[in-house]
Amino acid sequence: MTTLEHRCGSLAELIIDDRQAARFKVNRHVFAEEDILALERERIFSRCWLYLGHVSEVPAAGSFVARRVGGRPLILTRDRDGALNALYNTCPHRGALVCRERAGNRRAFQCGYHAWAFDETGRFLGMPGREALPPNAGDGGQFDLVRVERMEEFRGFVFVCFDRNAQPLVDYLAGAAEYLAYVADQGENGMEIVEGTQDYSIAANWKLLQENSVDGYHGQPTHVTYFDYLRSRDGTTTNFGGSGPMGWVKNLGNGHAVSESIGLLPWGRPYARWAPGWGEEAKPEVEELNRRIMARLGPERGNVVANGDRNLIIFPNLVVNDIMATTVRTFYPVRPDYMEVSAWSLAPVGESIPSRDRRMRNFVEFLGPAGFASPDDVEMLELCQRGYANRAAAPWNDISRGMLSNAPKKTDELQMRTFWRRWRQLVSGDSSLELAGP
Amino acid sequence: MTNPLARSEAEDFLFKEAALLDAWRLEEWANLFTADGEYLIPATDAPDGAPGTSLYLVYDDRHRLGERAKRLLKKTAHAEQPRSRTRHMSSNVMVAEAEGAVMPVFCNFVVFRSRMEKTDIYPGHAEYRLVRGSDGLLIRSKKAILDIDVLRPQGKVSIIL
Repeated sequence: MTTLEHRCGSLAELIIDDRQAARFKVNRHVFAEEDILALERERIFSRCWLYLGHVSEVPAAGSFVARRVGGRPLILTRDRDGALNALYNTCPHRGALVCRERAGNRRAFQCGYHAWAFDETGRFLGMPGREALPPNAGDGGQFDLVRVERMEEFRGFVFVCFDRNAQPLVDYLAGAAEYLAYVADQGENGMEIVEGTQDYSIAANWKLLQENSVDGYHGQPTHVTYFDYLRSRDGTTTNFGGSGPMGWVKNLGNGHAVSESIGLLPWGRPYARWAPGWGEEAKPEVEELNRRIMARLGPERGNVVANGDRNLIIFPNLVVNDIMATTVRTFYPVRPDYMEVSAWSLAPVGESIPSRDRRMRNFVEFLGPAGFASPDDVEMLELCQRGYANRAAAPWNDISRGMLSNAPKKTDELQMRTFWRRWRQLVSGDSSLELAGP
Repeated sequence: MTNPLARSEAEDFLFKEAALLDAWRLEEWANLFTADGEYLIPATDAPDGAPGTSLYLVYDDRHRLGERAKRLLKKTAHAEQPRSRTRHMSSNVMVAEAEGAVMPVFCNFVVFRSRMEKTDIYPGHAEYRLVRGSDGLLIRSKKAILDIDVLRPQGKVSIIL
């Protein structure tokens, strides 16, 4: 029994999933305890597929990006044969990072400490004074950079997994694969990550951001000033949280979920739904983009891709929000009460200059650390985290909205329950716990 | 050739702007901009990127920067409720050669922000494009470039730099 189980009962009891009473509760210990984070590192971040990057970030032979994934410094490279490589960024000699830049193009990585060198596939190239070691000292790849256990790509999204025995990525993604495909389908010539990263932080537990990313219920109260802005610009009067049609949410399997609607929301989509704030001059191009998507994908799929808005969470820590722009966002807990966040803009390859400009303006009107909305989300998450100091007296979060509904809406909480049911299954190690449910 | 803008005049203007921001007179701050004014902050890892082709932190046209000011003054702008205390410092001011009516001014800045028992520091440098209006200097564009690697520990830029 862990100390934590000693203090709060069994791990499975940290979540109450009472379907008869339509009652779903999450114990606030899960946001605040070091023991929980240690279990998450072992049972979630060491076993689940985690987003590493997008193929467009390594376009040519020798291209690389270096970033931390699940707390581990990695390098993604494209080698001279065009293949992708995911390598641990640590020298086999004494462990120093062999790559200190965030991105670039190189045929070799050389450790600054003793000058050991490696090619873009991680293969050992040489060291000063090789003769001081036995000739067979590097046999079996002992002097190579260590390759990440698993790396797979789906429609341009590159994931890694530190568990050699993990199921294939596409099986892991389950129903989320279809939603990544809707995003990937926007570009006739593929999609690309735009230059510029929003690297920020939130003084709150990482799971709160996953919840927040698909939480339609908070839209109106938290973001009233964003809707004021849209109204001032476009004259739109859409009441985001009102009684109107609010789209739907779906359990996509394995803890993934989506909150979705088609054509209901008040902002413009660069690919492709026009909004008044872009001006009449933008209308012909946006309508033409919409027509082209319809022609290429057919009216049914085209309508979903071009006119739909989707907030997608992929367990444990990837968010792809395809809304007023498309953001790819991932985050990792450094401490129970602190996460590091990285967010990028995904866009169609070959997008016109005016369309790309609309996208970049649209992205930051809502999203990111200086947008009109994300800072208020951050504030709410940080206030929640502060409140959890009272968890001994006030131990439960309520996530029961819509449990009685056969058609849960964005303002319900099925999408969060989907995450939590998977979280509970993995952290408790009890695979008999149900992932499906209201 | 004499420059149409003396450094002392540029400094007076920047100090006035800083004082408005620190006093939360944000709508007066927005009124320092021309009708086609822009307020920009690039991403920390792409300080040289252009706003239409690179993901920025702030890409405000005149309407949006006015709305940013109005938004921050509302009680429902949660990230700034209660408001931060800020202190804007501008230094190392340099006036470059005028480009027609546009007078480029460069400076270094540090902004201190304190709220909810935490104090954040935002160091950077700024590029202004100033013009003369009927009632004094106006800002055609202000680009605040943060000299930090990532936006940690600050986390966000919910104030105006």
